[in-house]
Amino acid sequence: MSAKTKIIELNKVSHLYSAGTPFEKEALKDINLSIYQGEFVGIIGHTGSGKSTLMQHFNGLLKPTSGTVLFKGKDIHHEEVNKKTIRQKIGLVFQYPEHQLFEMTIFEDVAFGPKNMGLSEEEIKQRVEESLKIVGIGPELYEKSPFELSGGQKRRVAIAGVVAMQPEVLILDEPTAGLDPRGRDEILAEIQNLHETLGITIILVSHSMEDIARFVDRLIVMHRGDVAFDGTPKEVFLHVKELEQIGLAVPQITYLMHQLKARGFNVPLDVLTIEEAVQVIRSQVGIQK
Amino acid sequence: MGVGMKQMVVAQGLTYEYHIRDEQGKVEQTEQALKSINLSIEKGQFVAILGHNGSGKSTLAKHMNALLFPTGGTLWIKGMDTQDEDKLWDIRQSAGMVFQNPDNQIIATIVEEDVAFGPENLGISSPEIRKRVDDSLRAVQMTEYQGHAPHLLSGGQKQRVAIAGVLAMKPECIILDEPTAMLDPSGRKEVLDTVYQLNQKEKITTILITHYMEEVIRAHRVIVMEQGEIVMDGTPKEIFKQVEVLKQLGLDVPQVTELAYMLRKEGIPISDEILTIEEMVESLCQLKQK
Repeated sequence: MSAKTKIIELNKVSHLYSAGTPFEKEALKDINLSIYQGEFVGIIGHTGSGKSTLMQHFNGLLKPTSGTVLFKGKDIHHEEVNKKTIRQKIGLVFQYPEHQLFEMTIFEDVAFGPKNMGLSEEEIKQRVEESLKIVGIGPELYEKSPFELSGGQKRRVAIAGVVAMQPEVLILDEPTAGLDPRGRDEILAEIQNLHETLGITIILVSHSMEDIARFVDRLIVMHRGDVAFDGTPKEVFLHVKELEQIGLAVPQITYLMHQLKARGFNVPLDVLTIEEAVQVIRSQVGIQK
Repeated sequence: MGVGMKQMVVAQGLTYEYHIRDEQGKVEQTEQALKSINLSIEKGQFVAILGHNGSGKSTLAKHMNALLFPTGGTLWIKGMDTQDEDKLWDIRQSAGMVFQNPDNQIIATIVEEDVAFGPENLGISSPEIRKRVDDSLRAVQMTEYQGHAPHLLSGGQKQRVAIAGVLAMKPECIILDEPTAMLDPSGRKEVLDTVYQLNQKEKITTILITHYMEEVIRAHRVIVMEQGEIVMDGTPKEIFKQVEVLKQLGLDVPQVTELAYMLRKEGIPISDEILTIEEMVESLCQLKQK
């Protein structure tokens, strides 16, 4: 634990929307939270829980009404800090990012970010090729229009556009929404690859408890502008009743374990994935292999 | 094949071709999004359509609502040929459609006005409109929000308002194209429960397109599409048994079905017809007693 370096730190962050009007709403309430270098963090929460507001504080798109946001120890809203650099270092992939594709070719679309950074032609070319390779888009597609691609491919091109800025932290807001199962698995594999091979810190916002359970090593639950739970998925998903009360759920496999336990099976309750469940059940029905 | 009164939807050789044109407008390529589909859906059925993106399922749904028209073959809705222009509005009233994004479907600034929009355009009397709006909002359990502004509702609530708007047209059939794709788990459950209830209570024929396998296990019938063709058609149990075929098509099975499949591969003799947690628990209890 001691070796972990804080990369993003929120100190007493509160955020009010429409402050001073009858519609005033406290979207974040006095949040203290640290994200550590190299973590794969999941964020879940009901619509309106504050998770999108939180995300936009991570990279300075929103400014706290009170409190501070630090990136590597520096206040990102300090006047000497370059906002543009912060947004390169902390990349944000919005929901349905493919709606933001606009260039004539895939290559040009991914090159847009690096070009704005003022990099040399050579450097831009290298970054674009690397990023597209990481998301599994081959050179034969470089000159195609992004609009000729499938939904999953478009989304991967959009992610490549953010990866080309070489961020240290990548925040993704429901990157699999609306994709079919194959497209979903492809995107999640790319994200895992970015985490493992490039060591990028990942913050994944998702409505899919099953996806969260498979990938993240830390899970933050937002509720009414507050952090309701913060721990490993195994710890957090033990709170079935509390999670349901705030409009969330646990993975189907975890529900199964609870019902088996109620019927007299001697099973642990912190089982999240199908692979784990196979092991547990095999030991229960007495077939050794 | 005759078009009987029992059928809500009948497709015979239904084909839809479209052209990809180059910059000069010349046809570069012709694609078939639907390839000679034969299909019959009885009134009152709950049919789920699965298939990966680009398999043709949304194209098929848009034909049922007469938003697209066959380039070959024929499609009848309640016995009406969708290419018969005189029947266009009857067809759209009989088969209402709900789309993925609730924000694109709500137009009025107050919930009850949004629901009233369709019936108002039918030119029916005010008391009748009032009754339809009240009935529709009650059916989707949104009565208490009738005076609210739609943009302040949650995604699941908005989607239920969109369904109420379709219900107010008194359709016999509802087609839902990924209605839960943008919702959180509680919103998804709200919408699904509403849709299944409408089918059971009001006997509305329901066609649900989705990528979530858990949403289709309560359906009467599941149709799987691939490259513009129907490749599987059966009850949820019959379809989800075929775990390997579905995986090859880029689709999923419910988590407990996959668990049962993996347990069988490990030599544990468990049923291949498990779709729900309850069924899995029962099967395992029986195994343990042996």
